[in-house]
Amino acid sequence: MRRERLRAEVRRVKIAVCVKRVPDTETRIKIAPDGKSIDEAGVKFVLNPYDEFAVEEALRLKERAGEGTEVTAIALGPEAAQETLRTALAMGVDRAVLLTTSRQPMDPLITARVLSAELRSGGYDLVLCGKLAIDDYNHAVGTMMGELLGAASVSGVSRLEIEGNGGRAEREVEGGIEVVEFSLPAVVTTDKGLNEPRYPSLKGIMQAKKKPLETKPVELEEETLEVLELALPPERKPGRILGEGPDAVPALIEALRNEAKVL
Amino acid sequence: MAFQGVDFYDIDSLLSEEERAVRDTVRRWVDEKVIPIIGDYYVRGEFPLHLVPEMAELGLFGANLPEEYGCAGLNNVAYGLIMQELERGDSGVRSFASVQGALVMYPIYAFGSEEQKRYWLPRMARGEVIGCFGLTEPDYGSNPAGMITTARKTESGWVINGSKMWITNGSTAQVAVIWAKTGALDDPKSIRGFLVPTDTKGFSARDQKGKLSLRASDTSELVLEDVCVSSDALLPKTEGLKSALMCLTQARYGIAWGAVGAAMACYEEAVRYAKTRVMFGRPIGGFQLQQARLADMLTEITKAQLLCLQLGRLKDRGAMTPEQVSLAKRNNVNMATEVARETRRLLGAQGILAEYQAMRHLANLESVYTYEGTHDIHTLILGEAITGLSAFT
Ligand SMILES: Cc1cc2nc3c(=O)[nH]c(=O)nc-3n(C[C@H](O)[C@H](O)[C@H](O)COP(=O)(O)OP(=O)(O)OC[C@H]3O[C@@H](n4cnc5c(N)ncnc54)[C@H](O)[C@@H]3O)c2cc1C
Repeated sequence: MRRERLRAEVRRVKIAVCVKRVPDTETRIKIAPDGKSIDEAGVKFVLNPYDEFAVEEALRLKERAGEGTEVTAIALGPEAAQETLRTALAMGVDRAVLLTTSRQPMDPLITARVLSAELRSGGYDLVLCGKLAIDDYNHAVGTMMGELLGAASVSGVSRLEIEGNGGRAEREVEGGIEVVEFSLPAVVTTDKGLNEPRYPSLKGIMQAKKKPLETKPVELEEETLEVLELALPPERKPGRILGEGPDAVPALIEALRNEAKVL
Repeated sequence: MAFQGVDFYDIDSLLSEEERAVRDTVRRWVDEKVIPIIGDYYVRGEFPLHLVPEMAELGLFGANLPEEYGCAGLNNVAYGLIMQELERGDSGVRSFASVQGALVMYPIYAFGSEEQKRYWLPRMARGEVIGCFGLTEPDYGSNPAGMITTARKTESGWVINGSKMWITNGSTAQVAVIWAKTGALDDPKSIRGFLVPTDTKGFSARDQKGKLSLRASDTSELVLEDVCVSSDALLPKTEGLKSALMCLTQARYGIAWGAVGAAMACYEEAVRYAKTRVMFGRPIGGFQLQQARLADMLTEITKAQLLCLQLGRLKDRGAMTPEQVSLAKRNNVNMATEVARETRRLLGAQGILAEYQAMRHLANLESVYTYEGTHDIHTLILGEAITGLSAFT
C-alpha cells in the first residue's frame, strides 16, 4: 500500500493553468466612443485574480510533488497577454503558451473550444483555472472545458488535494461545504480562499524572460454574441453622517424610512 | 484603494517590461502589507520587523547585486523603482532596505574577500542576517574624516574602540560595518571597514529615544569597548574614507528614488482630498490656490522622476558620478519635503493625523534631508564641482 502510494506520488504530473488578461479592478474604466467596448488607453491589465489562485495552487502541488511535475500556463488573447503569462512565469510556472487572437471572444464556448484543443494536444492530467474572469463574470469556461475534454469537472474549489490518480476538493456551497472526490484527468476551477497567491519574486521576474513562451496564432469561430451597449453603474452618492450615539437614532430611522425607503 | 502611480509624462514607456513588473510587484506588496499597518508602527515608534522575511522572499535586499551571491541581479533602474515604492510606504522601510543593501551588502560585495562575500551576502539577501553601517560619530557627522574610532592590529586580529551615533538598524543588526582609523587620528586615509558581529564582547547598542522623525525605524547608538575581532573581520579592499563614501553614493542613489515615492504618496493623497473635501459649497480642489499647490507638486515630481531615470541609466552604463547623485539626492529630498508639507497644509486639520500619510512623510523626510549628507553638504559638493573650489578646506 505504502509503496503503491509512493509510486503514485512520483508519477510525472502535467498541470496546465489557464489564465486571462483582464483590466485591473482598481483602474477607472472608461467606455470607448463606440459605446460597446472599454477604452483601453491608460488601463492597466493584470492576471485575472481568480486565475492567480489557480497558478498558486499549481505551484504548491508542484512543490509538494517535487521533480517531475511540470506547470504550463496557457492564455488566449492578444499579443499583450504575453505580459500576463510572464507574470505567471515569474511566480514560478515552468513554461507558457499564448494562443494569439486579435480579440477576446465574447462567447465562453468559443474560448473553451480553443483552449480545449490546446489542452488535449498537451495531454495534461490536471487543468486549473479561476472560476470566473473579473471582466465578464461568466463562470463558464472552466466547466465547459471539462465537458469538452471529457474530464472530471469540479468548479469553485476552496480546498484541493491531489493524490495518485485522483483528487479531493471542497466547494463552498450555500450554508456549508461540499466535499467531492474525482479522478484525473480533471478540470478544476478555483475560488477565493483556496490559497494566498504569492508575489512574483524579483528573481522570478528576471528568470521569467528566460523561460519558454510559445505563441500560436489561432482562428476563432464566428462570434455568436454581440455586445449592444456598455454602461457604467450609476455613481454612488456620498454617505452622510446624521449624528453620533443614540441621539442620532431617530434621524436615522426617519432617513431610512422616508428617503431610502427600506423600512 | 491601490496606488495608481503618478506618471504625467508617460515615463512608464521608458521602462522595460521587467522594470515595470518589478515596480508593480513591490507596489502591490506595499499597498497590501505596509500601508495598512505603518501608521500604527510609526505612532508606537517601532520598526515592523515582521516585514523582513517577506522583503527577503521578494528579493528586495541588495537587489542590484549579482545572482551568484543569492541576490536578484536587477539593473539600477529596477533597484531605484524598488526604493521608490518602499519609501512610498514609509522612509523607515526604505531606510531598512537601503542600509541592508547599499550600506552593508554593497561594501561586502565591493570590498570583501571572496569568502566574506560567499558567507554574508546570501544570508543577508535571505534576511537571516541584518546589518548596520557605523560611520557617524557623536562629534563627527558631516565630517566623518575626523572620526576618532580606532582599530589597532593585534597578533590575532584587531581591537576596535569608539562610539557611533544615529545608526539605522543598530539594535536589530547581527553584523555591523564599522569604519575606524587604523593609523593616526589625523590620517583619514587609514580609515578601513570592519565586519563586526554585534554579539562580540564589548559591543553594545542603545536605542535612540525621543525621535519625532523616522519613528518606524531603529536608530541606535553603538559603543565599542575593546572589541576584539579576528583578522578576517577587515574588509580587505577598503582604502580610506573614500571606500565609505562609495557606499554612501550607492545609498544616496536609492534615496533620490525613494524621495520620489514619498512625494507621490503625498501628491495622491492631496489630489484625492482636494477633490472630495467640500468647503464654501465646492471641492477645495476647485479653488485656484489649491490648484496651484497641486500643479507645483505634479511639476516637481515629474522633473524628479526624469532625473532619477536618467541617473539610473547612467549608473547602468557605469557613467554615473557622485556629484550627479548629490544633485539628485539634494533636489529630490527637498522636493519631497516640500510636497509633503504642502499636502499636510492642504489637508487642513486632518493633515496632522497619523491616519493620513502627509505628516508622517514630512517628519520622516526631515531625517532623510539630514542623513546621507545633509542638503547643505550636497550643496557644497555641487559648488565644488561647479567652481573647482572646495568650501570644506
Ligand atoms: C534617522 C537617522 C538615521 C541615520 N542613520 C545613519 C546610519 O545608519 N549610519 C551612519 O553612519 N549615520 C547615520 N545617520 C547620521 C547622519 O548621516 C548624520 O546625522 C549626518 O551626516 C549629519 O551629521 P550631524 O547630524 O552630526 O550634523 P552636523 O554635521 O553637526 O551638521 C549640523 C548642521 O551644520 C551644517 N553643516 C555642517 N558642515 C557644514 C559646512 N561645512 N558648511 C555649511 N553647513 C555645514 C549641516 O548641514 C547641518 O545643518 C543617521 C541620521 C539620522 C537622523
